[in-house]
Amino acid sequence: MTIKTYRQALHDTLRAEMLRDENVFLMGEEIGVFEGSYKITAGLLAEFGERRVKDTPIAEEGFTGAAIGAAMLGLRPVVEIMTINFSLLALDQIVNHAAKIYGMFGGQAKVPLVIRTPGGGGQQLGATHSQNIELYYAFVPGMKVVAPSTPADAKALLLAAIRDDDPVLFLENLALYNTKGDVPDDDTPAEIGKAKITREGHDLTLIGYSRMAYIAKNVAETLAESEGLDIEVIDLMSLRPLDRETLVNSVKKTHAAVVLEDDWLTYGIGAEIAATISDGAFDYLDAPVRRVAMAEVPMPYSKVLESAAMPTNDDVVNAIFQTLEAVGRRLKKVGQSHD
Amino acid sequence: MIEIKMPRLSDTMEEGAIATWHKHPGDRVEIGDVLVEIETDKATMDYEAYEAGTLNSILVDEGETVTIGTPIATLDNGKDSPAPAATPAPAPVAAPAPVSAAAESTPVTAPAPAAVVATKPAARAPEPVHSGSDGVFASPLVRRLARDHDLDLSRVRGSGPGGRIIRADLNGLLSEAPAPAPHRAAPRAVISSGPIVDEKRASQEITVSKARRVIARRLSESAQTIPHFYVTAVADAQLLMEMRADLNEQAASKDLPKISVNDLIIRASALALREHPEVNASYLGDESSVMLVHNRINIGVAVASKSGLVVPVIVDADLKSVAELGVEAKALATQANAKGLSLEQMSGGTFTISNLGMFGVEEFTAIINPPEGAILAVGATTREPVVVGEQVVARYRVRFTLSADHRIIDGALAAQFLRTLTGLIEHPWRIVAAEG
Repeated sequence: MTIKTYRQALHDTLRAEMLRDENVFLMGEEIGVFEGSYKITAGLLAEFGERRVKDTPIAEEGFTGAAIGAAMLGLRPVVEIMTINFSLLALDQIVNHAAKIYGMFGGQAKVPLVIRTPGGGGQQLGATHSQNIELYYAFVPGMKVVAPSTPADAKALLLAAIRDDDPVLFLENLALYNTKGDVPDDDTPAEIGKAKITREGHDLTLIGYSRMAYIAKNVAETLAESEGLDIEVIDLMSLRPLDRETLVNSVKKTHAAVVLEDDWLTYGIGAEIAATISDGAFDYLDAPVRRVAMAEVPMPYSKVLESAAMPTNDDVVNAIFQTLEAVGRRLKKVGQSHD
Repeated sequence: MIEIKMPRLSDTMEEGAIATWHKHPGDRVEIGDVLVEIETDKATMDYEAYEAGTLNSILVDEGETVTIGTPIATLDNGKDSPAPAATPAPAPVAAPAPVSAAAESTPVTAPAPAAVVATKPAARAPEPVHSGSDGVFASPLVRRLARDHDLDLSRVRGSGPGGRIIRADLNGLLSEAPAPAPHRAAPRAVISSGPIVDEKRASQEITVSKARRVIARRLSESAQTIPHFYVTAVADAQLLMEMRADLNEQAASKDLPKISVNDLIIRASALALREHPEVNASYLGDESSVMLVHNRINIGVAVASKSGLVVPVIVDADLKSVAELGVEAKALATQANAKGLSLEQMSGGTFTISNLGMFGVEEFTAIINPPEGAILAVGATTREPVVVGEQVVARYRVRFTLSADHRIIDGALAAQFLRTLTGLIEHPWRIVAAEG
């Protein structure tokens, strides 16, 4: 084990995979000379040269399409799209080509493509640069979408994504890059499609992914200490395929669930999770599944408004309390109410 | 696609319960196949398919009761089938997406969260304060626990939002549920394993069966709406008993079934009804300008079966010999105890006989079995001291009481009927000799 930041874990894993397999190469805007907007690719151009680390024009559709072609012919491209907001420019390539080629052409060509891209707001980047639109890709059969919340998972899921023969959207998060944690030294990939119970409990199931999985774990631990609550936390890890079994089994045990997401509520991933629970654990629910999401507004630029729009620890605590009160737990309120 | 609806299987049927599904979704169904067993107010009956196809879905689960005409299943006959339920997930392409755990489940209409424009997270749908269709508003978990532990939620006060019954509200009930009956030196017979709901009386709740509920409803209706009056007569049954002993001796030597007093009384009643057809009649209600007089004499025989009172009907009782009546009555009683009587066997009665003589009951009154006009309650045939001439001698006597619907049967008519019946019992050869 080594303690690393999320950023460092990504960097080290990319480098290790490039050393392991010469078919692995990187493409993206400013990933070479500039070493990446978030420095994930620092030093890699110098080490591997221009053949393996490609600076591209500001043309997401073009370089994503080029990567798809390379993947079809046997290379294993890892594309960095500077933020997930810009992936919209490559939407047609991802949705209509990467996700569909294997099926539409009878399996003649695989597309072992990884698109690394960070989502998330909170950096005062404004409405167009602060979105969480992984949902668009999780919606599409043929895609895989993974979202690590810890440095260890960042490593394990990136290993899995690079070695997977299907196109994988690898969701990073701006707010997680500097988080630290133990990272195993071996290179065991995660199993894509498996959620992880990051904290066992019996009172309620708290579900999140990416930044919200991180918040979920923190809130659960805080409430264990301050309120003696025994909350089970599930990190989805993978949005497609979705590990419905783990979700359903957990709710069968706890009888209540709160789902956290960093994006908008309406039609969101939380809706899919809530439906999954309703389908699989209806007879075990003692209260409705509650969702916590960001405000239904384009992200404001103002720091005050941005903070107000994003889901906070207090929002999560309130949702947990409301749900526990609905199942008969009497709790004293902590934190501020945003209702 | 055909909708199969809860059929009307008897005239008095208002609702039916699904007893057993014999076909399941996906099963091939041919015309005449038994689809489902339906429990009506009178019997459990097989319901057969009128159309061939594939059973598509079951809409009413076993044990559930619905009114006539309620769709209970859908059958795919290959015609105007609705759009195929969402194309099955394509063969695993690149990412084998798990098909929704409930691709087939019915969409649930959830209360739409209020638009949360510019409001913060935790979309809270307004808590519904209505109650469920059964008047109980409970969480799914509570409903499942109530099913599993046979709890009556209507007695539970919900402490959840909007009065919802939540798991915490069941704590008391659930801890009681498995508890054994209170300790006593000598354990008492406990009928059900349910909780004691009233300590002072040590009362337990026992589900009232559908059959029992029907009995209750019909008897209340009869007792409350029919102006009953009762006429009791006593007949000397000495000769009847002697004749019976003689007949049974003959029967035994020929290995034929024995004849009971009740068989003779059924036959005697049938003959008395033939003589007084106005007793073999039905009142049709205050709105009707006519009443019915029945030309066939179909006698119902009340049987205390395991599942409650049932009344199998012996059709054309006046046209059958005592021996035939005996065989038929016995077969019906046996079948009733196995809960095997068909609706057909329990309908069409014109008069009922209830006999509690085998329990030593001297006399009693019975409640009319609508739409019949009268019922005969027969007591035990016992030896009593009787004044004959100047002597007191021991003779067999039997008492019977006619309950009659005064709207169509007057006291004099009832008395005449009883006189005829008494005469037959006291001259028993007429019972067996009368033309059948």
